[in-house]
Amino acid sequence: MTGSAEEVIALAGNPNTGKSTVFNQLTGLRQHTGNWPGKTVINARGSYTYQGKKYILVDLPGTYSLFANSEEEKVARDFLCFGQPAVTVVVLDATCLERNLNLALQILEMTKNVVICVNLLDEAARKKIQVNLTELAAILGIPVVGTNARDGEGLAQLKEAVRLVAMRGKEAGERVSGSGRGTEPVLYDDPIEECLKELTPVVRAHGGPRLKFNVRWLALRLLEGDDLFLREWNGHGGAGAALAKSVHKARQFLAEKGLGGEELEESIVSAIVRRAEAIAAQVLILPSGNYRLFDRWVDNIVTSKQWGIPLMLLLLVGIFWLTIVGANYPSELLAAGFFRLEERLSALFLATGAPAWLHGLVVLGMCRTLAWVISVMLPPMAIFFPLFTLLEDLGYLPRIAFNLDNFFKRACAHGKQALTMCMGFGCNAAGVIACRIIESPRERMIATITNNFVPCNGRFPTLIALTTIFLGFGQGYFRTLGAALCILAVIVLGVFMTLGVSLLLSKTILRGLPSAFTLELPPYRKPQIGRIIIRSILDRTLFVLGRAVMVAAPAGALIWILANLHVSGMSILSHCAAFLDPFGRLLGMDGYIVMAFLLGIPANEIVIPILIMSYSGAGSMMELGSLGALRDLFVQHGWTWLTAVCTMLFMLNHFPCGTTLLTIKKETHSLKWPLVAFLVPTVCGILLCFTVAQGARLLALFG
Amino acid sequence: MSNGYIPLHRIPIGRMARVKELTAKDLSRRRMLDLGLISDTMVEALRQSPSGDPVAYQIRGTVIALRAEEAAQIFVELV
Repeated sequence: MTGSAEEVIALAGNPNTGKSTVFNQLTGLRQHTGNWPGKTVINARGSYTYQGKKYILVDLPGTYSLFANSEEEKVARDFLCFGQPAVTVVVLDATCLERNLNLALQILEMTKNVVICVNLLDEAARKKIQVNLTELAAILGIPVVGTNARDGEGLAQLKEAVRLVAMRGKEAGERVSGSGRGTEPVLYDDPIEECLKELTPVVRAHGGPRLKFNVRWLALRLLEGDDLFLREWNGHGGAGAALAKSVHKARQFLAEKGLGGEELEESIVSAIVRRAEAIAAQVLILPSGNYRLFDRWVDNIVTSKQWGIPLMLLLLVGIFWLTIVGANYPSELLAAGFFRLEERLSALFLATGAPAWLHGLVVLGMCRTLAWVISVMLPPMAIFFPLFTLLEDLGYLPRIAFNLDNFFKRACAHGKQALTMCMGFGCNAAGVIACRIIESPRERMIATITNNFVPCNGRFPTLIALTTIFLGFGQGYFRTLGAALCILAVIVLGVFMTLGVSLLLSKTILRGLPSAFTLELPPYRKPQIGRIIIRSILDRTLFVLGRAVMVAAPAGALIWILANLHVSGMSILSHCAAFLDPFGRLLGMDGYIVMAFLLGIPANEIVIPILIMSYSGAGSMMELGSLGALRDLFVQHGWTWLTAVCTMLFMLNHFPCGTTLLTIKKETHSLKWPLVAFLVPTVCGILLCFTVAQGARLLALFG
Repeated sequence: MSNGYIPLHRIPIGRMARVKELTAKDLSRRRMLDLGLISDTMVEALRQSPSGDPVAYQIRGTVIALRAEEAAQIFVELV
């Protein structure tokens, strides 16, 4: 780190302390935030410049401790140990200060180059909790800054404190991080302190010049026999064998004192917890009454036996209804606009005398696909995402996990899978990454493989479009209500598929016992409507749309070629579709639909555009207009409600998109699991569609 | 265990209890300790999930849900 113009700053903190908000405010980078634990699953990086110096900010996953119980804790600790940040900013939630101090103390044991950032002071004030920041700074002996990161309050002071600590750290050099002088953050039981006194000089002597950790902290880990850490340390050129003898002796001594194994662990953790308790008692002024009454009152309703699950379903139906109703008009407006644009473009091509194939490739292929993707995807996403982000921001999502955990338990899965599924509504690849919040490998794998049973936003608009044109019952608002109920039915089916397949997986290829289960229900927070709208549109809507557009344009061109290159009187697409047709019919679809799913592997968004292209390329030209025009086109090609149902079923249950498969490969470090993730939903989809199609035919509903 | 303590999942909703002993092992034990479930910690059973399990507990100023299997490994004394 010496001589570099940049300083690396680590940002640590418990889950759900507004850490990501601090990160965003400092760097201006839009990392997505939400009010549920475990949002940051990868190290996000960003930078800011303050007083001419560049600071690289690394957002660590939110953790309760640094004992490396989970993947996230391991990532956080490894970075603090081996990433050697110049300063570590520890973000604390002012409303749960005591529990948060636990982590701060553990970090302080590792390094003194720490700035404490007490965040969410506004929430604390709302609950009439007062935090004495000066006292806290005096006790811990490090700078403490109070912030309301969401409003940007206190961030200038935070930057200044970071600058000062970075400078001081440099001046003090190795001494600051390399010695345990001064007051220790935590004092342990006497026998442990005795051992530490003996062990620290040995550690210092054997550590060598590469030793950059706090010696006392390291000695503690050695005493504990923290194998995970020792292995890591050895990987980074760590301890010699001579040290092992001293450690062994010390541990024998502790065992004699009744502090072996579990007792030692408990004694160490208890000392930290008690210290946090004592500090909290000194710096906090709590209101006389119960300041959590509001949260309790809300939870009494949203997690109650009578109302918990109905309310959740009602909320979901409400969101879908708003999405469908709200998206209808802007969708048609956009489609009409694009159609006019297409006419102009066609006229331009005609006027310049461009060849027909170029016009077809660019206008009918690329432009039309793009127009479809944008006009169908943008409005629902722009409505759905802010609404969903609102629930996230409020803190409602962990309550869903709480309400549903028993179902997941019966499927031998983890309640947090409900959260990864929620992420899957946005994007299955993001849902797969979010599975890291599940500590146990088996439950994590289950969540990873089954995430695809949640319709992502690439499939969502298609489902909405198909339900609206084929399955809405009644008239006017009742029709959209019917469509919303159908969407809900699709999702409920997806949930059942998830649970069933989870159970099946855990009984077959993923046998084992369920892991430790803990789930935090964080305090509710006042959502920030303005920020929600901006963030969800910038971060999610435009990001996802951008990706879809990138895939849609070349895919549109390719499909136009396939639909218009003729071999022995028929287009290539038609040849393929004809080949696939018997199979498609068996599943209640047709060859074109199956072909569209296959060609849609890069992104599910383009399945319907491919279908439009193949139908209109194969027969009459079709003017891209409203959903009504789409209905006419599909009906012309023999669609019935059964076709729509089967297409929707297969939409829900088929192989994940390319991005998701790649993400699974990256997350599991193997080719086996993406293959499983490919096969499982596809087989389910084929079975489901076959049953429904043949069942309906048997019942002679349709010939 | 035999000391007259009862497992946490047996305490009625709304009641407070004092943690006395953890019988959990390994990862599960560590996680409980990290949550601050050391001896003499006060715990309040707040509410059941709609299906009865898990149960949310107030532990050191935070609300943590535990499944019956986990709570059964925490022995407490009713206050």
